[in-house]
Amino acid sequence: MIPGFLPALFGHFLVFSLLSIGGAITVAPDMHRVLVGEMAVLTDAQFNASIAIAQAAPGPNILFVALMGYQAAGLIGAAATLGGILLPATTLALAVSRWGHARQDWLAVRAFKSGMAPIVIGLLVATGWILTAQTPGWTHVLLTIVTAVLAWRTRLHVLVMIAAGGVLGALGFV
Amino acid sequence: MPDSPDAPVVGDPSATPHGIDGSTPTRPRPESLRELFLTFNWLALQGFGGVIAVTQRALCEQKRWLTREEFVDALAIGQVLPGPNVVNVALMIGDRFFGWRGAFTAMAGMLVVPLVLVLALTALYDHYSTVPAIAGALRGMGAVSAGLIVGTALKLATALRGNPMGVGACAALLGLTFGAIALLRWPLPWVLLALGSMACTFAWRRLAAAGA
Repeated sequence: MIPGFLPALFGHFLVFSLLSIGGAITVAPDMHRVLVGEMAVLTDAQFNASIAIAQAAPGPNILFVALMGYQAAGLIGAAATLGGILLPATTLALAVSRWGHARQDWLAVRAFKSGMAPIVIGLLVATGWILTAQTPGWTHVLLTIVTAVLAWRTRLHVLVMIAAGGVLGALGFV
Repeated sequence: MPDSPDAPVVGDPSATPHGIDGSTPTRPRPESLRELFLTFNWLALQGFGGVIAVTQRALCEQKRWLTREEFVDALAIGQVLPGPNVVNVALMIGDRFFGWRGAFTAMAGMLVVPLVLVLALTALYDHYSTVPAIAGALRGMGAVSAGLIVGTALKLATALRGNPMGVGACAALLGLTFGAIALLRWPLPWVLLALGSMACTFAWRRLAAAGA
């Protein structure tokens, strides 16, 4: 490993953190440019696998960032990338949340919350749509719709639904 | 905005917001940092393909630490700020109950065990990702997790009933956001800026007109 590599990696992810409105996945193209291109510490296959594993495994998808660091430089690399992506964003989120909470009766704060509520919910529907529409075919779209209705209307356990989806997929129905 | 005319009037009961902050004695809240950590850890471990859906379920329906409205509020801040939305939400919720120690406990609960798991899975992934049954299972689980997110959105939509913009305007904004992001694939920051500023201005005028 070249000297100064880890600080450079950390620095890149500090910047990615501040650019990642809508989640870290939105700056994945930039991460690709830096890690696979400029620094050449990951192959294309490793880069794609990092995203795929984090999505398939339990836990927040942000962990794909740690996997990239891990594949580039082991555990210390994972600490550099995950630490870098978290530090600025979490500091900012805490500061803004406290600022808003202390002023929750202000007209501006109430207008922000009321105005953003339908947009946030629209974004969730869009996220679900994009996740399911990226695979060709229609059976998994049907499975997505059925799951949405079950999750909305019943108290069926999340793990039961995930397991059912896994079984249907393994048997080739989806 | 420090001279905002709508600053709360001390002692005026009508200015007291209802049901916020767990300040009412009947409202459940985490007993300890340990409970906070374990709750976020357990919900993260159920979150295949994303954690938003299970977070909403665990915090609003099982633990009842938050109302749906408060969850949407936290998510709104998480969305407009950079960073992983769901980690931002965990931080804010932890912070409400236990200050910065709560914030980091909730975040660690959400990240630490799944991180170890994901690192362990990396070794397996190279061997098994090409096995058809495994690839199929992952596809099926992905379709379910997409459905869980949509189901969460449908549940949270009930939080829009009391919205000062009215149900019609909320439905229009929800539809426009979906169309711009999912169908037109416009970049999120611009969509948030354009629709967000429109919506917040409209909400502002409605709230001001209501004399709030």
